[in-house]
Amino acid sequence: MIRVIIPSQLESYTQGVRELVIEASACPDLQQLTLALDDLYPGIRFRFVDEHGNIRRHIAVFVGETMVRTLDTPLHGHERVQIVGALSGG
Amino acid sequence: MSAETVLIGTRKGAWTLTIAATRKAWSLNGPLNLGSVVYHYVADPRQPGHQMMSIGGGHLGPSIMRSHDDGKSWEEAAYPPAFAPGSARTVDHVFWLTPGHASEPEVWYAGTSPQGLFRSTDGGMHWQEVEGLNNHPAFGDWRGGDKDGTPDGPKLHSIIVDPGNGQHLIIGMSSGGIFESHDGGDSWVPLNRGVATDFFPPKEDGSEYEFGHDPHCVAMHPLASHRLYHQNHCGMYRLDRDRGDIWQRIGNNLPAQVGDIGFPVVLHPQDPDTLWVFPMDGSGLWPRTSPDGKPAVYCSRDGGLSWQRQDTGFPRQQAWWTVKRQCMAVDARTPTGVYLGTTNGQLWGSFDEGETWEGLAMDLPQIYSVEVVSRT
Repeated sequence: MIRVIIPSQLESYTQGVRELVIEASACPDLQQLTLALDDLYPGIRFRFVDEHGNIRRHIAVFVGETMVRTLDTPLHGHERVQIVGALSGG
Repeated sequence: MSAETVLIGTRKGAWTLTIAATRKAWSLNGPLNLGSVVYHYVADPRQPGHQMMSIGGGHLGPSIMRSHDDGKSWEEAAYPPAFAPGSARTVDHVFWLTPGHASEPEVWYAGTSPQGLFRSTDGGMHWQEVEGLNNHPAFGDWRGGDKDGTPDGPKLHSIIVDPGNGQHLIIGMSSGGIFESHDGGDSWVPLNRGVATDFFPPKEDGSEYEFGHDPHCVAMHPLASHRLYHQNHCGMYRLDRDRGDIWQRIGNNLPAQVGDIGFPVVLHPQDPDTLWVFPMDGSGLWPRTSPDGKPAVYCSRDGGLSWQRQDTGFPRQQAWWTVKRQCMAVDARTPTGVYLGTTNGQLWGSFDEGETWEGLAMDLPQIYSVEVVSRT
């Protein structure tokens, strides 16, 4: 299972849910995880991933303690993925 | 009973101001989407109660919200404006929203930063690129490079749908210039003759630049579509299509110490010869403040041949705000109400066509758009 931490900036999409668990087998990488999130909460993905699949400039995504910049980052089924509103975003 | 509702988009959310029919009382309501940049908040004149709002900024990407109950509840676009896969560009924000022609009640247009034109045919839920412009072979030349945009990003704005012909569209690009289409957006041509480009070197052959201009705001009179006005980075202009396609610099008739640089221009709803502008300081380092710290609207009642300063009620000195391009609006009453929102979060209104001004809301965030919905 993958734990996903949602930032306050996106909680309007999750009805206030800030932490959830997603079935790992459906998410071999971050790309699939963001699509699974959008299935659960329609519209959430486009607010932090642009139309070309890039993580938006003022959003940071951490897998464990490592900040990643691309969605092709593999997941192994036991990670903690945290989406963060970066300091650069104000 | 309220007669007008002012829709106010700001850097930190949206508010509405309801004005009583007596024009003696008003009340501020909100916020909506607190924390979002609301670039444009507009009403749909074709369907009373329908509103649309562009949100974005800060951490998150852009989106569009719509309401069918006067802003009581909102629904987000399922597919907001986005460039096609393979494009080198990404929509940073949706800067401008315009309802389509009266005969097409579900059509809307959106202008983005960087410059792009988008259309929705389902009331704003799904948006597609207007490929005739975005994929025009010359579009890259027209819009220029990154250095040719405004400080907070190049923009497509002033989307005009001719009330007399829904196939006739006009857009402004900062930078790029003014362009028009007579076939619903399939093909486009520049409309910039006569407009100065002080930021380019003069052409050696003495000819004009065909594109690359910096219109700040373009307006077509709703009852006389041959009459256009536009406030440019390089002056204030008027165009009479029935006399040709060369813009005339009516800003030369403004006082020299004030100049004719600014962002907004608004038109009297019945009289094509009456318009209002808000000049700003475009000298030196381009501070973009009220000239000399003394804010004033200028009104012309003869199509720009002469101008009257209107500053009664505004601070007399040390007021260094200005008014952005979406931040001036008129209502449908007689006499016409004129409204403006400032860069320091003040909404001002005049119920006597600009003769006197009152502060209607003084402590909002920086105002990005102002529009008036009149109820009859």
